[in-house]
Amino acid sequence: MAWTTGVRSTSGAVQTPEPAIPQVLRWANDAEGGAPYIYHTPDNPDQLVGFEVELAQALCDRLGCTSQFVQYNWANLIPGLRQGGNYDIVIAALERTPENLAQVAMSRPYFAFGQQLVARTGDTNIQSLSDLAGRRIGVLASTLSHRLVTQQGGLEVRVYDENVNYFRDLELGRLDAVLTDSPIATVQLRTRPNLRAAGPPFAPAHYAIAAPIGSSGLLTRINEALGSLIQDGTLERIYRRYELWGPQQAALATWTAEVVPTTTSGAVTAATKSKPVPTLRYLTILIEAAVTTVWVSLASMALAMTWGLGLALARRYGSRPVRWMAMSYIEVFRGTPLLLQLYFIYFGLAQQWGWKLSAGAAAVLTLGLNYAANEAENLRAGLEAIPRGQTEAALALGLSPVMTLRRILLPQALRISLPGITNDLIALFKDSSIVSVIGLVELTKEFLIRSLDAGDYIGLGILTAAIYLAMGHAASRGARALERRLRT
Amino acid sequence: MIEIVGLRKRFGAVTVLDGIDHQQAAGEVVALIGPSGCGKSTLLRCLNWLETPDSGSLRLGDVRIEAGTPEAADRRRRQQLRRRTGMIFQQFHLFPHRTALENVMEAPVHVDRLPHPEAHALAMGLLSKVGLADRAHHLPSQLSGGQQQRVAIARALAMKPQVLLCDEPTSALDPELRGEVLTVLKTLAAEGMTLLLVTHELAFARDIAHRVVFLEGGRVVESGPTRAVLDQPQHPRLQEFLGKHRARPL
Repeated sequence: MAWTTGVRSTSGAVQTPEPAIPQVLRWANDAEGGAPYIYHTPDNPDQLVGFEVELAQALCDRLGCTSQFVQYNWANLIPGLRQGGNYDIVIAALERTPENLAQVAMSRPYFAFGQQLVARTGDTNIQSLSDLAGRRIGVLASTLSHRLVTQQGGLEVRVYDENVNYFRDLELGRLDAVLTDSPIATVQLRTRPNLRAAGPPFAPAHYAIAAPIGSSGLLTRINEALGSLIQDGTLERIYRRYELWGPQQAALATWTAEVVPTTTSGAVTAATKSKPVPTLRYLTILIEAAVTTVWVSLASMALAMTWGLGLALARRYGSRPVRWMAMSYIEVFRGTPLLLQLYFIYFGLAQQWGWKLSAGAAAVLTLGLNYAANEAENLRAGLEAIPRGQTEAALALGLSPVMTLRRILLPQALRISLPGITNDLIALFKDSSIVSVIGLVELTKEFLIRSLDAGDYIGLGILTAAIYLAMGHAASRGARALERRLRT
Repeated sequence: MIEIVGLRKRFGAVTVLDGIDHQQAAGEVVALIGPSGCGKSTLLRCLNWLETPDSGSLRLGDVRIEAGTPEAADRRRRQQLRRRTGMIFQQFHLFPHRTALENVMEAPVHVDRLPHPEAHALAMGLLSKVGLADRAHHLPSQLSGGQQQRVAIARALAMKPQVLLCDEPTSALDPELRGEVLTVLKTLAAEGMTLLLVTHELAFARDIAHRVVFLEGGRVVESGPTRAVLDQPQHPRLQEFLGKHRARPL
């Protein structure tokens, strides 16, 4: 069936207003989505632009309602829509795929695109996914691209939360390729001469507007309005402004629905609700992700303890300028957000000085440098708690100051500081989830991805929490064993 | 063995040692007495350079240091002093994270680089000497105060010091525990160890010391053979000090 609609009316002339259209239509998107979808221009940082912003405006004009933009985290747009309350529809490059159709109702498509593989200009032997066996590829979390590279297998997949940083990492050599929606690639390739489109777009798909399941009245009106925007050339005018118009988009006018039922809610609900979550399968996946959490945390803690010890000694025994420097370091690293430090180290150093740290190295370095400030204070408190007589007794026996510190003071200080250090290690297990912003999939990120796939927050949430608890428990057990060894 | 000439030490505006002279032969036992704050502990701590004297000179056996000179700032000189002295503290200061045996072995192994078996034999011998061979594997927290102080003595002896400096070795102990520590010290004195001890226990000083030195205001006010000083004090300040002590029940 063809979606040709005869409606040519303008906003004022729409027939009797139906209750399906609210006075104010709240549409959600994530402004982090970037060009050409939704972004701020550097010239006017207060104003949102992008083809989806203009489409939303044109749509609301046609529907005779007021458009209201709602900012929402992209990965959570579908769960947010299902839960209801925050916004009525989603116009945010959601793919019209069976996976999405199982969760929400979707309109006729408003944009046609393909998957574009992007590689560095010099890397000429990359033309398709099959050329990438064993190499590193970046994708946006929970997208069609993400599913495609996962199905492909044999790739080292790095998952990102937004659309810009994987291009940066590709330029820096941290990735070998990026798989993304063609419009993103088109826009990014304009300003990145050292990147190229590797092969033609493939896996054609469509973006469509999402509405809650069961809102067929609203969706019918949206489909009519979209159809009229396509027919009267409004859509073309918008897309041309962003250099996105092409034969693919022209074909939207004669788009026919797949056989998949879009809004027959009964079948859809059955598909989403009764799908049992294969717990064991997910447990394995989550435990694999937990391995990343554990090594990142332990390596960071090792760095934090070493560097923190240096800082603690500098603060306690250093000359005045040394003490001052150690104190400033501690203040700076304790007093600024971890996320900021991570971006500074991962992107800032590469941009400014060309120090291209791998995501793992940047994560460990950032967490290590940050926690070193805490451990320095923990150890200093421990050192200060030891009676002065211990030092005197050791010196009187002829031990050198270094020996006194190593054999007499530090073991006692460590014993005193251990509860605080253990606390920090457990906090680190949890804080390390922050490294997902630079593409490392650790436990929390894996949970977020899988819970979106499975539509199950409770079951997977409990599994994930159990793994975190197990790690924390192991840390406390280890600390108690160490405490016994250090005695007192 | 010990020769102190014109030793001075100030803490800020307070002069703690105001020109101390003191000689002591090898094997001699000298008790330092005097009111609190008279500088007797500071004097003891200057001998192993836990406090740095401002001026004066110090000789311990073959090591001589002139305070305030560049050589006095040399860590190796300080080390030489510490190798010739052992120190017993009022609060024992055993290393709480190590057993009695490990406390005694610490310095022989890590300062003298004595092979482990030899250090072990040495430490066990010393623990037997202070009557604690059966407590070798106890942590300090599992020992009584008197036992801890005896381990501390064994620990100091492990470095074979020429002089043992005792800073009120029994003041932190209950009266019934003092005897065991005093007995050990008396044995050492009888064996010819040079002892310089700060004490409040005049009865003990009388029992063990060959000579008594009375300090007040950072100066040596009176010194001489034990009986002479304690029984026929010449200086009025000493007479007053001894009078107070007699009045105080021990």
